[in-house]
Amino acid sequence: MPPLEPPLPKLQALWHLTNTAGSAPGRFIADSAGLGVLGELLSCGTIAAPLARFRGKSLLVWCKRQRTVVETLLQLDGIAARLVLCPSDFDAAHLAPVIAEAAIDAIVTDSTALAEQARDAKPVVFIENEARYALDPSEDRSRATEWVLFTSGTSDRPKLVAHTLSSLTGPVGDFHGKAQGAVWSSFYDIRRYGGMQILLRALIGGASLVLSQAGEPVAAFLDRAGACGVTHISGTPSHWRRALMSGAADRFAPRYVRLSGEIADQAILDHLAAAFPRASIAHAFASTEAGLAFEVDDGRAGFPAAIVDGEGAKAELRIVDGSLRIRSPRTASRYLGERGALKDADGFVDTGDMLELRDGRYYFVGRREGVINVGGQKVHPEEVEAVINRLPNIRMARVRSQRNPITGALVVADIVLADAATNFDAVKSDIMAACRAALPAHKVPAMLRAVPALDVGASGKLSRRHA
Amino acid sequence: MTVRNTVLDTITEIGQQHDRHLPVLSDDLPLLDSGLDSLCIAVLVARLDDRLGVDPFAAAIDSFPVTVGDFIALYENAAA
Repeated sequence: MPPLEPPLPKLQALWHLTNTAGSAPGRFIADSAGLGVLGELLSCGTIAAPLARFRGKSLLVWCKRQRTVVETLLQLDGIAARLVLCPSDFDAAHLAPVIAEAAIDAIVTDSTALAEQARDAKPVVFIENEARYALDPSEDRSRATEWVLFTSGTSDRPKLVAHTLSSLTGPVGDFHGKAQGAVWSSFYDIRRYGGMQILLRALIGGASLVLSQAGEPVAAFLDRAGACGVTHISGTPSHWRRALMSGAADRFAPRYVRLSGEIADQAILDHLAAAFPRASIAHAFASTEAGLAFEVDDGRAGFPAAIVDGEGAKAELRIVDGSLRIRSPRTASRYLGERGALKDADGFVDTGDMLELRDGRYYFVGRREGVINVGGQKVHPEEVEAVINRLPNIRMARVRSQRNPITGALVVADIVLADAATNFDAVKSDIMAACRAALPAHKVPAMLRAVPALDVGASGKLSRRHA
Repeated sequence: MTVRNTVLDTITEIGQQHDRHLPVLSDDLPLLDSGLDSLCIAVLVARLDDRLGVDPFAAAIDSFPVTVGDFIALYENAAA
């Protein structure tokens, strides 16, 4: 007789998973405004209206405080059809297209300023930070709510990436109850994939959580992390370089330090090992679309080639034409709207991250399309060239990445003058003025060089070295 | 021009270009209180590489500079 099929696990919402993960009365969520006891956040909510009113609705969560977002997720996961999590730098100019793409019914906000902007577009659900309404533990939270994250900044409007709680947590049991007594924190905003991973590890793992606040000095955040006894913390290599430069990194003593989101080079891994001699230091590869693919904890940049063959990986990996492709239960399902396919025919996400194999180890060498990553903010060379090329006296500009120890990369430009006899210093100040007027600071070239000519390939396109 | 003056002039220049009002740049001023953010410091390191021909961050350094004085010393030692 064949063995009985095990019963399908009952779909559990974030509220249930957090509630059953660990009942330690000391569990908390702290941010720059203070500390909330997790048990209270699970028994009382912030939304005044009956939660049943949001059943099956699509909500845009556009908040100032990350804690409001956490509370909204605890209250509405399993009830709402879709929760779209606006990042802290969400551009209000994108409000109308995002509402259309995600079929938004109402906007949740904790800010009177944002409520003003939202009110004309959709009904507003306003969250008072101190308001507390009893939550019904028997509330039906059985719906597989879609969690929607934004891709991180490109020159175009970000795409909306559809996940569920189960794709964000991965196979059942990976996080559950694994972090009791730990205090997690992240330099990331929880509305970014890297920060969301930390939020869920803390809530579902049975831990506490310390949140950052957009715009606060890094030393203030590290002070809070120290005061709250943070044991596990994540950030991008740029976040970590900034932490080390703040002089405040000695204010806490984490046991686990994690890097993701950018290439972790050997220098930053070594500096962190020196700054936190008792911590284990890991770097992870993940993207909003592909999800978490693997973690490396041997203290070395790059990753062992064996991971591609499945050894210790969290996902199936493929390398196609030098770029990494990923398939796993953590992969997002699709982009909302008509924004192209998220996966290839076999269900793999093409990350566009280029790899190089050296001595049995793969190293990330950059983005296929040559996007420059300045401290986590993306710059397309073409958009900067377009500004420079508009000026008189310019024959051609090539914008490229220059390695930089602080932000990973900087934008620099090679300029071919229309008339080689022109005084380059005068042209330089015109270029800088035009770029500052048209572009945000991270896209303005840090340096300009006059060159006699630039290579144009057989295709008629400017030759670029995507390093 | 001394390494010190080149570093200080470049900080002032970047402050002006990024519309930052910089305080008096004393040696004990924490770098992150100088009004320069990560991007400004990244540009500073790139320009100093261009002007002084050294990038002390390219080599293994014992610790990240915290004050303006630490930062200048890093360049003075690298240029020596």
